[in-house]
Amino acid sequence: MDNNGFASYFRFSNVDWNNMWSATWETVWMTLVSIIVVAILGALLGLLLFETNGSSSWGARILNWVVAAFVNIFRSIPFIILIVLLLPATQAIMGTIIGPKAALPSLIISAAPFYARLVEIAFHEIDHGVIEAAQSMGATRTQIIGKVLLPESMPALVSGITVTSISLIGYTAMAGAIGAGGLGNLAYLDGFQANNNAVTLVATVIIVLIVFICQFIGDILVKRIDKR
Amino acid sequence: MIEFKDVSKTFNAKEGQVHAVEDVNLNIPDGKIYGIVGYSGAGKSTLIRMLNGLEFPTTGSVTINGTEISGLSGKALRNQRLKIGMIFQHFNLLWSRTVIENIEFPLEIAKVPKKQRVEKAQHLAELVGLAGRENAYPSELSGGQKQRVGIARALANDPEILLSDEATSALDPQTTDEVLDLLLSINKQLNLTVVVITHEMHVIRKICDQVAVLDAGKIVEQGPVLDVFKRPQQTITKRFVNQETGSSNLDDTTVVVSELLTKYSNGVIVKLTFHGDQAKLPIVSEMLRQFPDVDLSIIEGSIHQTQEGALGSLYIQLIAEQQDNINGALEYLKTMRVEVEVIKRG
Ligand SMILES: Nc1ncnc2c1ncn2[C@@H]1O[C@H](COP(=O)(O)OP(=O)(O)OP(=O)(O)O)[C@@H](O)[C@H]1O
Ligand SMILES: [Mg+2]
Repeated sequence: MDNNGFASYFRFSNVDWNNMWSATWETVWMTLVSIIVVAILGALLGLLLFETNGSSSWGARILNWVVAAFVNIFRSIPFIILIVLLLPATQAIMGTIIGPKAALPSLIISAAPFYARLVEIAFHEIDHGVIEAAQSMGATRTQIIGKVLLPESMPALVSGITVTSISLIGYTAMAGAIGAGGLGNLAYLDGFQANNNAVTLVATVIIVLIVFICQFIGDILVKRIDKR
Repeated sequence: MIEFKDVSKTFNAKEGQVHAVEDVNLNIPDGKIYGIVGYSGAGKSTLIRMLNGLEFPTTGSVTINGTEISGLSGKALRNQRLKIGMIFQHFNLLWSRTVIENIEFPLEIAKVPKKQRVEKAQHLAELVGLAGRENAYPSELSGGQKQRVGIARALANDPEILLSDEATSALDPQTTDEVLDLLLSINKQLNLTVVVITHEMHVIRKICDQVAVLDAGKIVEQGPVLDVFKRPQQTITKRFVNQETGSSNLDDTTVVVSELLTKYSNGVIVKLTFHGDQAKLPIVSEMLRQFPDVDLSIIEGSIHQTQEGALGSLYIQLIAEQQDNINGALEYLKTMRVEVEVIKRG
């Protein structure tokens, strides 16, 4: 059987659909779980950056410096290197270095700092006058966070999480190539190494579809909540 | 009663120290509308922001009904702020909330239960003339309507004091007047002390009882609005008054007079100033009846309403064969307590 050439992309009889679905599910699962953790962790880090920015107290300044350093460092490490770097930590935390679960620590640690920056920018874009108005009404810092910062920046937070989840999907594929499972893993092992181009093509199409769906949901949500 | 006592505020900016407010002493009585007028950068916002602790004086003290605001912090300051409403030039509404939710916002901060909150907000929406628009978002409102939301929001916690920082500066003249009327009626209805900051003398004339003029951080003149309009002392005050009344300013008057002299070369040119109820009396026509030999032509005139009554000025030319008749007419006007200023004798 000729498994090279253009026609090989369309030899769908070579595709094991059961494997394909379970790989798809693994990718979706990795993305969803990491997105949830990234959204929470990133929002907290972003909030911490925003609240400690330009403060006059020394404690806040040091905290700001530490968080900013953490965010900047982990944002600049290429993902593929980060996975390798985190292998011992992954083994310690998750008890394994293979499979979708093992991909989570590196996915989260690479995406959370990225999202934290987006959150911080979103907060900075809120008109300072509105925050001051809340202060002048006697709001506490917590009330300002809950009633002003979060709701007023919600469209930016949601579109930020959409962008982050799309790059996370890309990362899951990369993680897959070194043993995390999912569509990336399938495309690499069954597609590339077994010289089965149809598998690679189907995996690609499914990933593109997942990205589109993400973008679509994100856009609809933003449109619904943005009342500006 | 609001009291500023020897208040100064110095900012440490990159370019060095900025003396935004210097040695301000001010007493603002309860229930009045007090205006503070000054040019951009005069320190108006800095001054008003000391009233709700958004800014603290470097030296001196700010007290409201005996409580020293400049000494409060934390919970005590937040509780004090609940009693002070503030409206802003750019409204500062939450765009993610509807009109009614925006008005509820300060009530949420004060932890008022939901049911009461909605009732109160609904009532306030009606008070400021926004009934029927409760579920609109700020982006769907005009500037004037947005400021109405701002006013309703500022009134939500039944404040004793309402602060207004250039609240009409982003609005057109028509809308400005509507918002000013609303502030005035609220002041009357709720017997609320209102502190108004502005660079427009129009705002002062229209709603304020008293005014202070702020120039480069210092109060250079203060008093009842009508007095300041009638007898401005400082050059800056004269400029402000002129901005509103149009023609009584020193610089301008010389121009006006020289124009008048060339246009109306015979007779006597007189400037009359009326205030209060005199502006309503037919003083000039009565004068003509008493001195039928005097011919009169009106050169220019204007009349303005202030909180304490009308203020008018009238330039007239009097011509008569006999000087005595003119003198008699002028004497008559003086007995009617009209201020008479002879600009040129023919
Ligand atoms: N936080 C600050 N840091 C440094 N300088 C400040 C600060 N706030 C105000 N100033 C300075 O204090 C002076 C008075 O400012 P302020 O905002 O009170 O003026 P204003 O009369 O309200 O002017 P405008 O009509 O333009 O609002 C200005 O020179 C301004 O640059
Ligand atoms: Mg100002």
